[in-house]
Amino acid sequence: MRVADFRTPAVGTDSVEHQARLTRLWETEPGIKGFFGTVDHKEIGLRYIVTAFILLVFGGIEALIMRVQLATPGATFLTPEQYNQLFSTHGMTMIFLYASPILSGFSNYLWPLLMGSRDMAFPRLNAFSYWVYLASAAFMYAGFLTGNGPNDGWFNYVPYALSEFNPGLNQDYYALGMVFLGISVTVGAANFIVTAARTRAPGMSVNRIPILVWGTLTANAANLVVVPSVSLAFFLLWLERQFGTHFFDPAGGGQPLLWQHLFWIFAHPWVYAIVLPAMGMVSDGLPVFCRRPLVGYSLVALSTVATMIFGFGVWVHHMFATGIPGLGLSFFSGASLVIVFPSAVAVFAWLATIWTGRPVITTAFLFFSATILLFVIGGVSGFMTASVPVDWQLTDTYFVVAHIHYVLIGINVFPVVGGVYFWFPKMTGKLLNERLGRWNFWTLFIGFNLGFLPMHLSGLWGMPRRVYTYADGMGWNTLNMITSIGSFVFAIGVALLIVNVLKSLKSGAPAGNNPWDAPTLEWATTSPPPPYNFPVIPTVASRHPLWEEQLGDAVRSSIDRGMLLDEGKETIGTTALDAVPNMILEMPEDSYAPFLLTVGLSVLFVGMLVKLFTIIWIGVALTAVALLFWMWPRRQLLEREWVHE
Amino acid sequence: MSELVLAQPGKLPVGPIGRRGLGYWGVATLVASEAALFAYLLFSYYYTGATAQPGWLLEPRPDMALALPNTILLVASSFVAWFGERGVHSQHRPQALMGFGGAFAMGSVFALVQWFEWKAKHFQIGTNSYASLYFVTTGFHMAHVLAGLIVLLALFTWTALDYFSPRRRLTVSAGVLYWHFVDIVWLFVFTTYYVTPYLGFAR
Repeated sequence: MRVADFRTPAVGTDSVEHQARLTRLWETEPGIKGFFGTVDHKEIGLRYIVTAFILLVFGGIEALIMRVQLATPGATFLTPEQYNQLFSTHGMTMIFLYASPILSGFSNYLWPLLMGSRDMAFPRLNAFSYWVYLASAAFMYAGFLTGNGPNDGWFNYVPYALSEFNPGLNQDYYALGMVFLGISVTVGAANFIVTAARTRAPGMSVNRIPILVWGTLTANAANLVVVPSVSLAFFLLWLERQFGTHFFDPAGGGQPLLWQHLFWIFAHPWVYAIVLPAMGMVSDGLPVFCRRPLVGYSLVALSTVATMIFGFGVWVHHMFATGIPGLGLSFFSGASLVIVFPSAVAVFAWLATIWTGRPVITTAFLFFSATILLFVIGGVSGFMTASVPVDWQLTDTYFVVAHIHYVLIGINVFPVVGGVYFWFPKMTGKLLNERLGRWNFWTLFIGFNLGFLPMHLSGLWGMPRRVYTYADGMGWNTLNMITSIGSFVFAIGVALLIVNVLKSLKSGAPAGNNPWDAPTLEWATTSPPPPYNFPVIPTVASRHPLWEEQLGDAVRSSIDRGMLLDEGKETIGTTALDAVPNMILEMPEDSYAPFLLTVGLSVLFVGMLVKLFTIIWIGVALTAVALLFWMWPRRQLLEREWVHE
Repeated sequence: MSELVLAQPGKLPVGPIGRRGLGYWGVATLVASEAALFAYLLFSYYYTGATAQPGWLLEPRPDMALALPNTILLVASSFVAWFGERGVHSQHRPQALMGFGGAFAMGSVFALVQWFEWKAKHFQIGTNSYASLYFVTTGFHMAHVLAGLIVLLALFTWTALDYFSPRRRLTVSAGVLYWHFVDIVWLFVFTTYYVTPYLGFAR
């Protein structure tokens, strides 16, 4: 049957038959087909979250082993090589395989719900980005588990990483694994950008988008253009190691600093990419428990974008000690100081929200508000090292280790755990246990500060980072013992979270649609949401569609009545700025193509690792076939004529 | 009193019409990311060149005999691909096939000539960092040409199978957009490696 080119979407209210029709259209098949073929953003989001949490636990165990080694001076629990692989794998895991994917997981799950839509713009691409994330994580961990983990730190400087000094497979696993992971991040970024631009509910103009969407959108706009830099750096490193090129080798006219530039052009924006979405969680979650809208919405949204724009121009502050000319240092130092302004906007907005609100102390509130404190500590230590002379004093000491952990745990892990307490009821229909939650929070908070606050001091007292042990009598013994104790307390906190999640999954109190009386659209649908998210497409009239009544807004959003869109697997496409409906989107069915493409790429990368051209060509052929299969124009998606006259 | 807002749009396009569809946005974001990749490759060249010792430039006066006509050929193929897209637009299938087939042939000749250009160089990838950068940058571009050729071949096949119409042709527009990118980015690579030495960079 030929589908009409144009249609006026029917408007109506929900009904049992309507729901049955939508379920038939949207439900993922059970069994193998559904497992490998699903394109449901909620399923993919949960997979992201679970995988990232498992990797967080791996990275945490690596940290604990290191803290045993460092608890006492002159310890021999680990050999230097084991220590090198552990701290490098810890960094790789936490920064690349946990911190960003966990936020992609939350955003994948939440975005269409926050935006009143039925899926992401490119559901198959979404599945593909998850499979590639999983495959690249397995690839890099295969290296670690066979004794070939990265061993030059997560930023992996040359010349250490060149084959002359590092002949094993360690760097090849890491280099190729990072290029592989880059594919996942890039396609994910494209998906987030187009989803934010084109699939928001009617009426959700740019001044009504939740801050979480602003954060993830900004982070991914950056990822789209900076990930190629690090992918290129790692690819050049692999060529240098395997094919005798001279990009980084001064003897062949190369530039060792080229590595650092390419790496940090990526990695500094990346730092913002792994905090801005988490800051968005705080901006959306905290006001719910303060019983008022966020103070300074527009400023917070603008400063999110401004932070990233400044963030592109500060990468050299990681290279202050490399002998770059003074003028260059001044410029990057200035930019690094200025970035404090947009960052501080969020802090003051949160404080003002609490100050002028009526706070309800829940576990989620504790995590969100603790973020503010930890952000200030991590921000101030960052501000200090933005000054060139201070940086020269502190670089490569534990002060920097303290700084990065206050930033990454303070503004990523704390908001994320807060986000778990906040959105777990939506995802599962069960509330997490609040009593266990308090224990969970205080153990994490005390453990974290016990572990990382003393590191500032060990750094100021001269303890170098990335060294497998230290001598007795340097004055660092007590501080290191406290740090190690703190790290184990923190680990207990993580264990309590896992216990709470497992326990509440089984016997948590039922959540209902909106347990926190929150204002945004995800709370308008059932918990957990049906496969199609919303029976009718809502129309949005404000930033807080579910609070309009209590805030006395004159204009109200329409939640129960809207476009039905049940003539196919459909959702609405809207304009980028004003979110005016301008097309009906045909969404793809479940598909094996993303999984097959990932298999093809995995074969290709294994072939590159073992340098066997037969395997490489098989991988290329599989990849090409999977891509053609994916791209083949489909009638169902109206990519080609239904019947040609 | 409160007033309920409700979006009740009139006739809306169902699925992609013309180039209006999410797929076009998807390819545009891909192109943005790929363009960034080439920006970093060229950054590597300029950064290394600016800090290099004299003699780094292995070919201070690059030979234009093959490179210049080849560049003109590649840019011309963009117009031919556009001509093919117009053919789909005006429902003129022979024109569309000629356009995609022609662009494919011109792209293939470009790849072949580039192969001879590589062969004719008196240095190899491992000679020094200039040579490494030259071969890897042009090699990256070649990989994009090959991907683009597969796209053109697919468009040719699908057009021959009569898949498209003036309305349902998003795939065509997105594929041709990619081919334009492959051609335009070559101008940057060409300018960097073949023109800037004449302007005195790194001489």
